[in-house]
Amino acid sequence: MDNIFSINGPVVKVKASKSFSMQEMVYVGEKRLIGEVIRVTGEFTTIQVYEGTTGLKPGEPVEGTGAPMSATLGPGILDNIFDGIERPLKKLEELSGAFIADGANVTSIDTQKKYNCTITVSVGDKLSAGDIYCTCPETELITHRCMLSPLSQGGEVVWCAPDGEYTVNDTVVKIKTPLGEQELTLCQKWPIRTPRPCKERLPGTRPLITGQRIIDTVLPIAKGGTAAIPGGFGTGKTMTQHQLAKWCDADIIVYIGCGERGNEMTQVLEEFSELIDPHTQRPLTDRTVLIANTSNMPVAAREASIYTGITLAEYYRDMGYHIAIMADSTSRWAEALREISGRLEEMPAEEGFPAYLPSRISEFYERAGYVKTLGGSEGSVTIIGAVSPQGSDFSEPVTQNTKRFVRCFWALDKSLAYARHYPAINWNSSYSEYVGDLEAFYTKNVNADFMQVRQQISSILVEENTLMEIVKLMGTDVLPDDQKLLIETARIVRVGFLQQNAYHKDDTYVPLEKQYLMMKAICDFYSLAQSALAGGAAYQSILDLGWSDKLIKIKYDIPNDKPEMFGEYEKQMTADFKGLTEVA
Amino acid sequence: MELKYVGLSEINGPLVVLDKVSGIAFDEIAQLRLDDGTRRLARVVEVEEDKAVLQVFEGTKGLSLTNTTTQFSGKPMELGLSKEMLGRIFSGSGRPIDGLGEVIPDKFKDINGSPLNPVSRTYPRNYINTGISSIDALMTLIRGQKLPIFSGSGLSHNKLAVQIAKQAKIADENGQGFGIVFGAMGVKNDVADYFKRSFEETGALERVAMFINLSNDPIIERILTPRCALTCAEYLAFEHDMHILVILTDMTSYAEACREFSSSKGEIPGRKGYPGYLYSDLASIYERAGIVKGSNGSVTQIPILTMPNDDITHPVPDLTGYITEGQIVMDRHLEQTGTYPAVSVLPSLSRLMKDGIGEGFTREDHSMCANQLFAAYSKVQDARALASVIGEEELSEGDKAYMNFGKLFEAHFINQGFDVNRTIEETLDLGWALLSTLPRAELDRVDDEHLDKFYDPEKAKAMFQ
Repeated sequence: MDNIFSINGPVVKVKASKSFSMQEMVYVGEKRLIGEVIRVTGEFTTIQVYEGTTGLKPGEPVEGTGAPMSATLGPGILDNIFDGIERPLKKLEELSGAFIADGANVTSIDTQKKYNCTITVSVGDKLSAGDIYCTCPETELITHRCMLSPLSQGGEVVWCAPDGEYTVNDTVVKIKTPLGEQELTLCQKWPIRTPRPCKERLPGTRPLITGQRIIDTVLPIAKGGTAAIPGGFGTGKTMTQHQLAKWCDADIIVYIGCGERGNEMTQVLEEFSELIDPHTQRPLTDRTVLIANTSNMPVAAREASIYTGITLAEYYRDMGYHIAIMADSTSRWAEALREISGRLEEMPAEEGFPAYLPSRISEFYERAGYVKTLGGSEGSVTIIGAVSPQGSDFSEPVTQNTKRFVRCFWALDKSLAYARHYPAINWNSSYSEYVGDLEAFYTKNVNADFMQVRQQISSILVEENTLMEIVKLMGTDVLPDDQKLLIETARIVRVGFLQQNAYHKDDTYVPLEKQYLMMKAICDFYSLAQSALAGGAAYQSILDLGWSDKLIKIKYDIPNDKPEMFGEYEKQMTADFKGLTEVA
Repeated sequence: MELKYVGLSEINGPLVVLDKVSGIAFDEIAQLRLDDGTRRLARVVEVEEDKAVLQVFEGTKGLSLTNTTTQFSGKPMELGLSKEMLGRIFSGSGRPIDGLGEVIPDKFKDINGSPLNPVSRTYPRNYINTGISSIDALMTLIRGQKLPIFSGSGLSHNKLAVQIAKQAKIADENGQGFGIVFGAMGVKNDVADYFKRSFEETGALERVAMFINLSNDPIIERILTPRCALTCAEYLAFEHDMHILVILTDMTSYAEACREFSSSKGEIPGRKGYPGYLYSDLASIYERAGIVKGSNGSVTQIPILTMPNDDITHPVPDLTGYITEGQIVMDRHLEQTGTYPAVSVLPSLSRLMKDGIGEGFTREDHSMCANQLFAAYSKVQDARALASVIGEEELSEGDKAYMNFGKLFEAHFINQGFDVNRTIEETLDLGWALLSTLPRAELDRVDDEHLDKFYDPEKAKAMFQ
């Protein structure tokens, strides 16, 4: 038996032991706190403990489990809320009340609940890693598909249980592997720090449709892609993440609240159980897994929560689903790394962060992707990570390193947030590398000239940005009429199109078709107004037509399900402008 | 039998090291007795086989390697709690200092608290009426929220905190107790005195529990002060169903105490020398606000911090802003023009406001009015920037209207005075009156129905003549 030598916050050392391996999960002390081995030397084994270490004494026992830190994967994960090391918080509440106590021993998924299973293999079938042997409805939306773990060598089915009601630990299939007989239950374990394998990675050519105009049209993200949302406090990172989690067209959402506010997690819990998914008409919780490790919960578990989250996501990806991960916020995770690194007295790099920060960040984002699974179906994991830069300074290490490993950068802007322009994504400093990859999809599925219209809108914004420098110095009055028109059109784009009201029933989610028609209407206004100006009409008379306000309010005035109304607007607008040129 | 250890093997700043000890638990409390009979409390911050590192709360002045005996308690730091704590004054580590004798505890609790399970929380929804227009209308304080005041040296944040404490009303108060827990960390004697006198004058003293650590008190005690205050607040809120407002000042001094302590331990510093775990440490304080399911009480926090050099990107306000649910920012320029309270509206925010206002809470037009005020006031800034370049005379009519709106808004809405207590109706009506000084077409955040109801330029003209 090994004993504790020293304790410093969440870091515990064991002296001169040869029985532990790296990243092995261990139980620490009399209370059996969960920990993980993070360094092994001849002299000391260093363990980070995922729970509070108050009251721990040198000399208390440390017991190895022989396995790395793993997540339990099986039916019962969805519609659940876990802490950073996959302990269900509702169970913890039953056990220790409203305040979380240390050393609570609970199983990750409900072992009592019975699922209505259909066995999809029969005796004599050959099973290899990733093949599905059993399916059961997990929630009304999602069918759970039990797959042979990639850790298994595979083999021939020698016994099958009949279809029926089983709990997660019941054996439903037995296979004969080269290493002997293996019993398959509904669940499996997977080490959280190891990516689950897939057959091959495919290019991401389908967008993750979010219903948020600035994202879908200006800065789109592909399924299987990666995006970062950096922004100072109060710029709406969490709000944007919530909107994406609510409305994006992924099959399953994994929401990781990593070192964030407790009240926010409660809000997600409450709100998501009331909200109805527009794609399936079921409560959003049916397709959501929450991982909540709030800022006052143990810091080591915060570090693990990111890996737990992505492991759950990869597991559902392997079933052939599309998953979106919202990680809020990756900066807190990086700070957890820094804190533990400091306790280990490692040599710090930039701003006290450990030198391995970039490699850890890249390892995380690289686990996203659109893949062909071992079982042969297609699935994807999209990662959207919030970044909270210190002092709103985007040059700090976490933002800079994240920027290197993501392909979408949605920079939130303080001045937009102060003006209550939400989502406060700054269109000038943000970018998306997926535009080219997704071109074919938009052209085929929305409209043939979608990309042209999108480009036109972008150009208007870029030109406005250049003009604004003059306007800031001299006001708009000195500009020639065509530039005034550009500024006015850009205002319509900003207020009428980019600004989106999350609390309005129609505006909170806008289908792609309406997004396109809105852009088109604005572009048409611009070209009609330009030709009116060229035809000699006065700038003021164009304003007097009142189309600016009508276009700005179009998002409220035309319901999402009546795109045909755009035709009437179009007709009216053309007629109005015709009247104008005739008078002139 | 309890063991006593004679002597120390090392003293370094607030830390002492004991060798050849056994059975010492991490985080437990010990008592050091000096030869002259005085006692000091200490906490175990690191243990290694037979060696323990302790931090001494009252400082290590006068300690030598031989003149002390140490006795370990076997327990983490606990605070004796009782309902009688209201109306009393304590030191930063929870000892009564008002000369009224000891409090007879009803219960002992670990001052570090335990993290509140997110599934056991109730999402805060009910607003607290502070009677201050800028806060009530634009950054509404919600019961169970943590809303800090970001201020600077020389600004009137203390006055504002007192006014909030004095006027705070709970919208649906049904005879439930309302109490204030006041934690002062490293404040000047005058400031502590100011709070005490103000509470006395307003007759609130019997519902206030004060924990005071002055700026010349030991820093280790300063690290305990907010924890003692919050333990007391949690006890009153969740075991006696009271609504507790916790005022903590000044969080910057607290963070500096953490820095001092961390560097004396020889830890690797993060930004500006603050320890790398400052975020987690601050979170362990701020997150102790909220409402627990099944309890009728609540803990609402108003931490006050002074931004060094008025810099909002300084680590302390920065990390605080990431943890708290919004912030009230004070502005030096407004203060200099004689505005009280000098709340800088644009960077201020209440994250929980959206779910705690509107019909059933304040008034159904609240969010529209607030949005439009924010949007209009942000345009005032653009107009002012332009005016400073080309002169006010050269501005367009639209911009001039905004300049005028800005002046009126600051003079009538933000500027309120220490003794004025406005109801939410008065505040919102004033907001609409101010908006009515702008051309109707400029109010793009309000729908026509509300404009018809509230837009009244004639009335506004008469009001602001």
